[in-house]
Amino acid sequence: MTHATQEQTLFRFATAGSVDDGKSTLVGRLLHDSKAILADQLESVARTSAERGFGGEPGAIDFALLTDGLRAEREQGITIDVAYRYFLTGRRSFILADCPGHVQYTRNMVTGAATADAVVVLVDARKGVLEQTRRHLAVVQLLRVPHVIVAVNKIDLLGYDEAAFAAVATDVSALVRDLGLPEAHVIPVSALAGDNVVERSANTPWYDGPALLELLETLPALDELESDLEAFRMPVQLVIRPQGALAHDVADPESYRDHRAFAGRISSGTVRVGDEVQVFPTGATTTVVGIDAGPVALESASAPQSVALRLADELDAARGSVFAASGSLPAARRELEASVFQLDPRPLVPGARVLVKSGTSTVQALVTAVHGRRDLTTLGLDPADRLEVNDIGQVALKLATELAVEPYAEHRRAGAFLVIHPHDGATLAAAIVTGATA
Amino acid sequence: MRIAPVSEITTQTAVDAPPRLSALDTLESEAIHIIREVVAEFERPVLLFSGGKDSVVVLHLAAKAFWPARVPFPVLHVDTGHNFPEVIDFRDRTVERLGIRLEVAKVQDYLDDGRLQERADGTRNPLQTQPLLDAIAAGRHDAVFGGARRDEDKARAKERILSLRDEFGQWDPRNQRPELWDLYNGRHTVGQHVRAFPISNWTELDVWRYLEREGIELPPLYYAHEREVYRRDGMWRAVSEVSPPRADEHVERRVVRYRTVGDMSCTGAVESDAASVADVVREVATSTLTERGATRADDRISEAAMEDRKKDGYF
Repeated sequence: MTHATQEQTLFRFATAGSVDDGKSTLVGRLLHDSKAILADQLESVARTSAERGFGGEPGAIDFALLTDGLRAEREQGITIDVAYRYFLTGRRSFILADCPGHVQYTRNMVTGAATADAVVVLVDARKGVLEQTRRHLAVVQLLRVPHVIVAVNKIDLLGYDEAAFAAVATDVSALVRDLGLPEAHVIPVSALAGDNVVERSANTPWYDGPALLELLETLPALDELESDLEAFRMPVQLVIRPQGALAHDVADPESYRDHRAFAGRISSGTVRVGDEVQVFPTGATTTVVGIDAGPVALESASAPQSVALRLADELDAARGSVFAASGSLPAARRELEASVFQLDPRPLVPGARVLVKSGTSTVQALVTAVHGRRDLTTLGLDPADRLEVNDIGQVALKLATELAVEPYAEHRRAGAFLVIHPHDGATLAAAIVTGATA
Repeated sequence: MRIAPVSEITTQTAVDAPPRLSALDTLESEAIHIIREVVAEFERPVLLFSGGKDSVVVLHLAAKAFWPARVPFPVLHVDTGHNFPEVIDFRDRTVERLGIRLEVAKVQDYLDDGRLQERADGTRNPLQTQPLLDAIAAGRHDAVFGGARRDEDKARAKERILSLRDEFGQWDPRNQRPELWDLYNGRHTVGQHVRAFPISNWTELDVWRYLEREGIELPPLYYAHEREVYRRDGMWRAVSEVSPPRADEHVERRVVRYRTVGDMSCTGAVESDAASVADVVREVATSTLTERGATRADDRISEAAMEDRKKDGYF
């Protein structure tokens, strides 16, 4: 394992692919070659590989055993749910969400990709773009994952043929364009042989781009792309009022008698002591007199830091309120247009009474219309009166209480919401705001 | 297909952007956010606190999340009766210092009145599940914080941050609730509860770097010390009343430390001269074995040992 330094930053990425395109092998290769797999894990995997006669040749290792953590997964040789893996390089600390490829478990891929800075989609060089590739990229488009990497795997089986790679790359390029995604990084790899995974390969002299790990080390993370570009926003999680119950290490208990601070995680922008802020929904204005990170007082803080704000005035604010830079108070919205990914087997239909969870608010809502579902072949919106599990579609909702939602494309953390079953609490759909009105 | 050269990619960062948070700062912020969400949305949370390093870190994060207020929930320890005395001592000192309430569920009570029976292999780790579930029910706890990390084990790698348990405390790994963005859905019905894992995304190295940075105290057996040990199953086991050596096992004094702290009957020590937190950070960063692989006999029972215990309600 590479030695750690304090300067490393976090980068989250998800991997997705179709059945048998070598995703687990790629993940295993990435972990193995970046020295993130320790001796006892390798020994255990090698032992099981040998018991099962993997690959037919002595010493061949089935890397899928490293990530397929459930008994049912190992027995069936498929990934059912996301597995999280961690590794370090000299530059970054990585969180890898290894997602299932099987169509039935696409909803679990949504879990893995929602927080990702990048998604690596695998394509078998021999098969090219498949239905599942289109589905995965449609999810990436829905979630607006900042970076798309397409690893064209098993290029060794095609004799490292440049023309074969170019044909797949052209198809990927067209698909990405049709979906309205940012340009994809397409890399020829062999997960089995290690070509262009951690190091650039001599077997693909016609490819002059970076290896996969090089790319992952250098692409800007979500918060690097967004920081300082948006106004300050912070949804209030709770109000800290110690009253009699002070922490043991508070030096001067008297001065905390009337202490009141608003705890939350900054969702965008930067706040500084002395800044004027407004609170949603009342619109009241006040000044930030203190920013606390535990017992440490800060001069300023930025997304995605967790802090507690002390204010000059006593305001009516509680969980669900949102602090915003003065003059940039989000508008109150009651009618939403949203793109949704249906997660629950029970279909989403017009007239359904649901809960909407956005930021730190949960409110009642009504599904007023299902506009259609996305056809993965034509990529157009087909008319539909319901959304089935794993469908991507467009719906309208009416909220019982106004919320400070904003289009996801403009402010990610204020534009994402969950659709929840009001009785059993199941998460029915993942949704992003595409338009909203009062 | 155009591939952006590396030099071009890195310059996309806004020039006057605030300094990027370090990985550790990002993980801390995420954990505090989770702890606050659970406290805001649940009636009676509790933290599983063993005195082990991971639960110590979660307690420290909770103290930071609510400062200057006291940690607003009690802690719960499932005592196997085979705990290291210095860890129990540390546990008691810690809760007293912070002024928080400690609930203890004792495996020994269950053995004494016959509700549980000692296992043939002597380990009591799997016996913790029933006392844990009873204590959760008795305390009417609707949310249970734990210090479990996804990098510990391949079944834990599949766990959500907020994980729903049915009225039997069972985990259903094939049908987990989707978890999106940082929107945690903790809604549950009567009888169900939620396990919350704020440091899911931390590695063993992150934990040690954080302990070092924050100057957090741990039970002394995490650091190198001399101890009477014997070799069993490729691990150094402490000589004690509950873990005596067999006649053919040779007892010797060695300088060891513990990487994990659990039941004495199944936790092994590693040979180490890492006497300070900085030494341990260096040691962990260059270790060639995982912490559970090196120190836990109970996870060697089968490839799915952890998955099976978790399904039954273990943490």
